[in-house]
Amino acid sequence: MTTVLDKVRSGREAVGDRWHHAPRWVRWALLAAVIAFFYALPNREFYQYLGPIPTPGANFTQVMFTVSIYVLLAVGLNIVVGFAGLLDLGYFGFFAVGAYTVAVLTSPSSDLKAMWPWLLAVPVAIALTMVSGVMLGTPTLRLRGDYLALVTLGFAEMIRIGAVSSEFLKGQRGFNQIPHPPGEFADGKPVFGVLDARPYYWLVLTLIILVVIGVRNLTHSRVGRAWISIREDEDAAQLMGVPTFKFKLWAFAAGAAIAGLAGALFAGKQNFVNSQNFELLNSIIILAAVIFGGSGNIVGAIVGGGLVAYMIERFRGIELFGVELYEYRFLFFGLVLVIMMIFRPEGLIPNRRRAAEFKDRRKEVTVGE
Amino acid sequence: MLLEIDDVSLLYGRIQALHGISLTVDEGEIVALIGANGAGKSTTMRAISGIRPVASGSIRFDGEDITKLRADLRVRRGLCQAPEGRGIFPGMTVLENLDMGAYTRRDRAGIAQDLDRVLGLFPRLAERRRQQGGTLSGGEQQMLAVGRALMSRPKLLLLDEPSMGLAPMLIQQIFDIIVEINQQGTTVLLVEQNAQQALARAHRAYVLETGRIVKSGTGAELLHDPAVKEAYLGVA
Repeated sequence: MTTVLDKVRSGREAVGDRWHHAPRWVRWALLAAVIAFFYALPNREFYQYLGPIPTPGANFTQVMFTVSIYVLLAVGLNIVVGFAGLLDLGYFGFFAVGAYTVAVLTSPSSDLKAMWPWLLAVPVAIALTMVSGVMLGTPTLRLRGDYLALVTLGFAEMIRIGAVSSEFLKGQRGFNQIPHPPGEFADGKPVFGVLDARPYYWLVLTLIILVVIGVRNLTHSRVGRAWISIREDEDAAQLMGVPTFKFKLWAFAAGAAIAGLAGALFAGKQNFVNSQNFELLNSIIILAAVIFGGSGNIVGAIVGGGLVAYMIERFRGIELFGVELYEYRFLFFGLVLVIMMIFRPEGLIPNRRRAAEFKDRRKEVTVGE
Repeated sequence: MLLEIDDVSLLYGRIQALHGISLTVDEGEIVALIGANGAGKSTTMRAISGIRPVASGSIRFDGEDITKLRADLRVRRGLCQAPEGRGIFPGMTVLENLDMGAYTRRDRAGIAQDLDRVLGLFPRLAERRRQQGGTLSGGEQQMLAVGRALMSRPKLLLLDEPSMGLAPMLIQQIFDIIVEINQQGTTVLLVEQNAQQALARAHRAYVLETGRIVKSGTGAELLHDPAVKEAYLGVA
């Protein structure tokens, strides 16, 4: 058993090695091909040739939009969980803050009657989620591990229950007629319409690329080094002069801002936001996706977020012995997670450091026994 | 006085770990803090470096009251601790770990110079510079922790159990290096269970028992003190 696993492992390392040793132009060309593939993906002319990849039970383009939102969220949560090592169980709460901010500012059914255009509401949504991240983080980031997880869990539930029961946030009735992003074709038709999900997907995909570039630059800077040192050993980081609280708060705020952006995009596409969009389960799914993909690694988070969101939709419309598999999607999901945690706790595409930290922690446990 | 601790008490929840500790470290000295397991040696270090807040008393460093100063700002003032045991960053390479030691500094030339110095002091680290910290042996990790603390170019270097878990040969070696660091101009306060070695090298030393300082003197005095001999040096 282990030998097979080892072989798989060394095979994957060889791929990683080949990637790192490939000439620069090869890497750029491959990257460009991957990006082009994902831009082309939601076109029927393209995906009809992809065999089992398109989802049988749902509009594939719509699914790809959902997947892209999950990828964006996974990239954001990866900053918090993967880089700074903070266990955030309520990340979807920030997504809700972003979506509701847009809804309240733009929808005609909002009590504010502000009816802003979508684009104007987006920066406000991002700023507000950042502020809510700082507000939640200031008292809680002094706590460690388990406490932080509980408080963030409570935060997401607070937002959800607030949305369900508050008159201002409209509960299940929700907000309708939330405007779409701006833009018109030459013939006067809007770029971002109701039927075609592709423009929204392309917009999110483009934003993902920009966010990833930003996050990558951040992690290669002093900020990134501080985050990694906090994750690896918070006491030692402090002893080296890293203002740990400040950087944890930064990670929290940056993660929150990305979730706010995702929420704003979601509201702009959906046209309708109500309290049912923000179940606790979503927070858990994203966290699981990040860990599944390999937390601490941007590529891992992207693959994790994408795969998890896609697989859940892929089950739709498949029947086996008269049972709709979609009903049992979380059973499979849970099973896969358990198997992963046993055989590959560092995730599908782990971060090189992260793998060493896991080994180190295991050693620490055995030393302690 | 470079470091002056006056009547410091510290609580872990409801348990009092330090009962009014007072000690001083003068510039250029090696001062050792010896005592049994659980006597409060590491706790004293945490109070000095600012990882744990003190309940009462005061800590002065380089003429400034730092009792309430945040730990990272103490590093900027020139006070750096090498934590005990596995306090290195396991996922970072040796060089990245050393680089983290210089986190508070921006003088590139000075950092490069100190890196050469540290790699000179610890040739083992130079050999393993691209290896991840977590894959080093216990002794190498210890050296890395000391080297990393040196990278901040501290006025006062705090060493928490630098010889813990090391083979006798390596213990000798690490103490020689501590003396060398001191001779190069860094003041050292070290906590040790290995009283013999610590007292032989230290200018002065304090004996800690259940959170109180029970004895102090020069290293040589304590080394020949009958009570210390019996309790910590394993000879009757």
